[in-house]
Amino acid sequence: MWLLPSSIIVFTIVLAIPMSRYMAKIMDGRYRPPRVFQWCERHLDSGQQNWKQYTLALLVFNTLMFVFGYTVLALQPWMPLNPRGLGMLAPSTIFNSVISFMTNTNLQHYSGEVNLSNFSQIFFVIFNQFVSAAVGMCALAAIIRAFRGESTVGNYFVDMWRAVAYIFLPIAVILGVLFLWQGMPMTINHSVDQVMTLEPGAMGATDTGQPKPQTLVVGPVAAEVPIMMLGTNGGGFYGMNEAHPFANPSALSNFLVMFGMMFFPFALVLMYGRMLGRVRHAIVIFSVMLLLFAGTIVWAIHFDTMKPNPGLTAHPEARAFKIAVPTAPGGTQTITLPAVAGLPVDQHLGNLEGKELRFGTSAGATFAAATVDVTCGAVNCEHDSLNPIAALSPMAGMWLNCIYGGKGVGMINLLLFLIIGVFLAGQMVGRTPEYLGKKIGAREMKLAMIALLVHPIMILGPSGLFAATNWGMKAENNPAAHGLSEIVYQFSSASANNGSAFDGLGVSYGFNNNPNPAPEAVPWDLATGLVMLFSRYLPIIAPIAMAAFLGMKKSTPFGLGTLRDDTFTFGCLLFGTIVIVGALLFLPVAALGPLAEHLGPIPFGG
Amino acid sequence: MGAVVKPFRLIQPSEHPRPPRRIRSRKLFAPELVRESLRQSFVMLRPDIQWSNPVMFVVEIGAVLTFLFIIQAAVGSSRSIVPITYFIALDFWLFITVLFANFATALAEARGKAQADSLRKTRSETPAYRLKATDVIEEVLSTDLRPGDRVVVSAGQVVPSDGEVIEGIASVDESAITGESAPVIREAGGDHSGVTGGTRVISDRVVVRITALPGQAFLDRMIALVEGTVRQKTPNEIALTLVLAGLTIAFFIVVVPIWPMTWNADQYMMSYLVMSEPLRSLGTDVPTLVALLVCLIPTTIGALLAAIGIAGMDRALQANIIAKSGRAVETAGDIDIVLLDKTGTITVGNRHATDFVPVAGYSRLKLALLAAVASISDETPEGKSILTAAQAAGVPAKEFTTLDGAQFVPFSAHTRMSGVDFADGRVIRKGAPDAVLGLVKQRNGEVPAGLEQVIEAIAANGATPLVVAENARIAGVVVLEDILKSGIRERFARLRSMGLRTVMITGDNPLTAATIAREAGVDDFVAEATPESKLAYIRKEQALGKLVAMMGDGTNDAPALAQADVGLAMNSGTQAAKEAGNMVDLDSDPTKLIEVVEIGKQLLMTRGALTTFSVANDVAKYFAIVPALFAGTLPWLNAMDVMRLHSPTSAILSAVIFNAIIIPALIPVALKGVKYRPLGADALLRKNLLVWGLGGIILPFIGIKLIDVVLTTMHLVA
Repeated sequence: MWLLPSSIIVFTIVLAIPMSRYMAKIMDGRYRPPRVFQWCERHLDSGQQNWKQYTLALLVFNTLMFVFGYTVLALQPWMPLNPRGLGMLAPSTIFNSVISFMTNTNLQHYSGEVNLSNFSQIFFVIFNQFVSAAVGMCALAAIIRAFRGESTVGNYFVDMWRAVAYIFLPIAVILGVLFLWQGMPMTINHSVDQVMTLEPGAMGATDTGQPKPQTLVVGPVAAEVPIMMLGTNGGGFYGMNEAHPFANPSALSNFLVMFGMMFFPFALVLMYGRMLGRVRHAIVIFSVMLLLFAGTIVWAIHFDTMKPNPGLTAHPEARAFKIAVPTAPGGTQTITLPAVAGLPVDQHLGNLEGKELRFGTSAGATFAAATVDVTCGAVNCEHDSLNPIAALSPMAGMWLNCIYGGKGVGMINLLLFLIIGVFLAGQMVGRTPEYLGKKIGAREMKLAMIALLVHPIMILGPSGLFAATNWGMKAENNPAAHGLSEIVYQFSSASANNGSAFDGLGVSYGFNNNPNPAPEAVPWDLATGLVMLFSRYLPIIAPIAMAAFLGMKKSTPFGLGTLRDDTFTFGCLLFGTIVIVGALLFLPVAALGPLAEHLGPIPFGG
Repeated sequence: MGAVVKPFRLIQPSEHPRPPRRIRSRKLFAPELVRESLRQSFVMLRPDIQWSNPVMFVVEIGAVLTFLFIIQAAVGSSRSIVPITYFIALDFWLFITVLFANFATALAEARGKAQADSLRKTRSETPAYRLKATDVIEEVLSTDLRPGDRVVVSAGQVVPSDGEVIEGIASVDESAITGESAPVIREAGGDHSGVTGGTRVISDRVVVRITALPGQAFLDRMIALVEGTVRQKTPNEIALTLVLAGLTIAFFIVVVPIWPMTWNADQYMMSYLVMSEPLRSLGTDVPTLVALLVCLIPTTIGALLAAIGIAGMDRALQANIIAKSGRAVETAGDIDIVLLDKTGTITVGNRHATDFVPVAGYSRLKLALLAAVASISDETPEGKSILTAAQAAGVPAKEFTTLDGAQFVPFSAHTRMSGVDFADGRVIRKGAPDAVLGLVKQRNGEVPAGLEQVIEAIAANGATPLVVAENARIAGVVVLEDILKSGIRERFARLRSMGLRTVMITGDNPLTAATIAREAGVDDFVAEATPESKLAYIRKEQALGKLVAMMGDGTNDAPALAQADVGLAMNSGTQAAKEAGNMVDLDSDPTKLIEVVEIGKQLLMTRGALTTFSVANDVAKYFAIVPALFAGTLPWLNAMDVMRLHSPTSAILSAVIFNAIIIPALIPVALKGVKYRPLGADALLRKNLLVWGLGGIILPFIGIKLIDVVLTTMHLVA
């Protein structure tokens, strides 16, 4: 049970160490690629940029990604590689999906195999998965250079090229070959028809009484899955994502996809240290992240794999609660939760609802925690079916959004917590707060606060709005606490640029001509689309500006009186800041959602 | 040469550095201050004043909002499930929270003002005796004096305004300013010429040139600063206020969505319980949400922030240091390097001649005689000590008379020699070896063999060689010894453990300086220092990103004082020095820099500690309030109520009351400062994280529970 998560973590750390060295070398431009690549690099290089130019280039590039993505999806019916003649998605869904993939979120309000042609899979999904993942990495590289006090922060286009061509592409090819070996489909054909199911008649019978054959949708799956994991994108070829046997054929492939999503986020933290020449500092950050990472996994496994589904177990004693009702006699009314008999289900393997058992009992819970920590968003089990309190783990991962986090942006988010921790508590050493020897002033704090506030605003604001209106109340499958979890999860996933879905919400419109779309699909498309947009770019732009202003300052050398950023104490400070600030922001929703469901009557909320 | 290898003598206990006096420190809650502060707390409720403290402004708005709800409940249109008395109690405590915050600020300001008032007492109008150009003295009021006026101050009279002694020497009682009863000497010329208005001349008579406009004297401006009339927020305070405002917005974002989310839960529970009556929990009750917001936003530090800053300057004042701005005190905490003058700081007073080492055929007696003759008119302590030593060496006292026609050549920083020119052309010089040797060579004299070894041996022992030359002949070397202050090594060790580097500034040659530096335990030294080399040293370190503090008194220190990040001028020093520095030490105590740095560090630590405490407090408040909010609809959330509080309303009131009374409870910490110990940064952080971070998490659990118990046993809550 613990072997799977621990072996994946150890395996990833071991490989992330050399990878971080390689990445630092590439982002510092010390790597000499083959000539043809050098030619490309030379022609992309528009010269060194200062932070404003770099940010502008990043925004212009992303705008073009938006236009391109929108075009590809909108023109799907007229594009090649569409033998099934799939139509156009609803405009609101296209809006949502384009932002979703552009922002590295990969929240899918559609189902891959149902709604997308292979052309869209290749030129929309795969293209975005490579490029959007590199955007965060470029931003981190720019921040590191700014911290180093360099007046120019590199060239955005060269950084993009280096990240995609020298880092993502080769590793993705290696992983892809391994996945092919494990049996993942790789074809430009769209479907395999006339497959007979093992259980005759499972697909129903034809008019003549013959068992119906099954149509299997296939495509360039082995091309998509590696970058979907490596780029912590998470937008699957299939709607079932990594629970689908074609997207995750074996226990080994499950191990490798998990490794894939953790690989770069782990390595990037160390790269940060290497590029700044402060490896010990990076190790402290890495350890804090690892502790939180392990914590979320342990929480999920403990409450999901090791505990039965509370909906099926016996509650032998009735419980009574008093609530204040002014009109009732005595002003209080007693609610009695009756004793419930258990259902005859063997639950010694824990909660098995919504799990893919091919990978082992703890694989679902491990994956659920890891995928949100590194903001991948791929899933191999149904998060909606996790035990209520276990679902707190993936939610917390998205709320903190810095437990390794997505490529670059996770590290950037951690820097925000770090700066705030240093500013608030760092003064207790008797010096004005400083990070990397630079004094943190009002301007830097303003930018850090803006970047940090976007996330809770974008989660809590819309969640509150949707919880009290039909937008949310008609979309949720389950009312009350669980329904609130569904709403909060969806916005958390959008705001964290995670893209995993709790599910249980009617958010899919489907094709534009769908006569029976989910009733509230359009508001969900628009709201989550806007949330993704704001939560992506503000927390990238503001920290780049912050790093630039900080970097311009005079650097104070380290002394005995300066706050050491590479000690155990500093780790405790960082850990405490993340946990306390995170808890303070999200405890009320946690109480109303997962905790209320866990502590309340079973079944509660239908 | 056995004479020069004597060990350093340690000074006697009576010569120990004076312990810092706290003569003007007053009781924290002195009645007259409390009265004034209480009044001021209400005045500060005015929105335009309260606005300057964004966190408390939000609390004030919340309190007013709650008041409107009380009115609504009073006219009977409230649909709330809680009685009006709960609203009144809540509103009462919200207003109390704002008043406590205002009280903390007002108290700190009142203390500063009281300090300033006691200084101002010295500023009353005094008669002045203005010297007219025609040597006629006229009596005028001190307020009529203009810069450039010359006044005569005789024994028993009060110096009418700031100025410089231009004639005469007098002992001055500065106790009005410094509280130190021992008089100090002020004399024309040199670096001890500055006199301050309000001090009293107790002997002799001096002529003072006034340098300040009436009401603009140095102390007047200082008083204005201290009173806070020109008090501006320091950069760090601005940044912190910003972060606190940011946290306030963050918690606003947390609290507002609770309303619709609770409404969602209420709706569901109504259908679950098949109720016809609307179900309402406290989570949709606006005053309760206001209470939650007030508990979450960093009110503790928001209330005490201004007080901490004012108290920092106040503490400096109690140590008899006037900081020209809060920023200067804050910067003091960041200092990396302290430049200390050797004389008076590291060594006791001045060097003493202890021996004469003759060379090239001179006898010891002859050398002593020459040295003594060269020093007859030398008023420096060194010169006087040469006379004493010469007497001890057997030179008869009758030789110590000024020779007719002889001209005394005083020491200057550039020639680094002094001596006497006789009418017959004979010249005697004593001074730094290279200076005297240069002179001898210039006169084509010979440098005797062995001189160099003698000089080196003396310097290597930490003593200063003073070469004596007669015309072009070198007569020998006078040994000048320094006496280290006792306990100075420990003080430097303390500075080092604070993370500071100490640099000794001395006019000595490098060899002597190195030895004394080693003996005293300083990290670095600047030997043969000139004002220019001091300035260059400061610039060099600043270019490396370090912050430098120095102390000075002379006019030639002014550029360096201005350049240094913390320039502490001695009050006894010249006006130029006092203008250039950003702090003035009224005691003129050279070891004060250490205290300045500690005060700065203490200020920043206090700020950090109370901020951390304030944020850490929120954890417990959540555990009290969140279950209470939802008790009406989701009673099982009571499992979160780890404190087992009596009822939802008592839980919320207890949290609000705790939130309010923690402010006055921490006023003493804010005003006195968190105790600073010179540990390394890491150990200090660990200790403070445990006390203020972990303590901040645990304490409110206990406090809220206690308040709840008290409220319940006194039947104050339902």
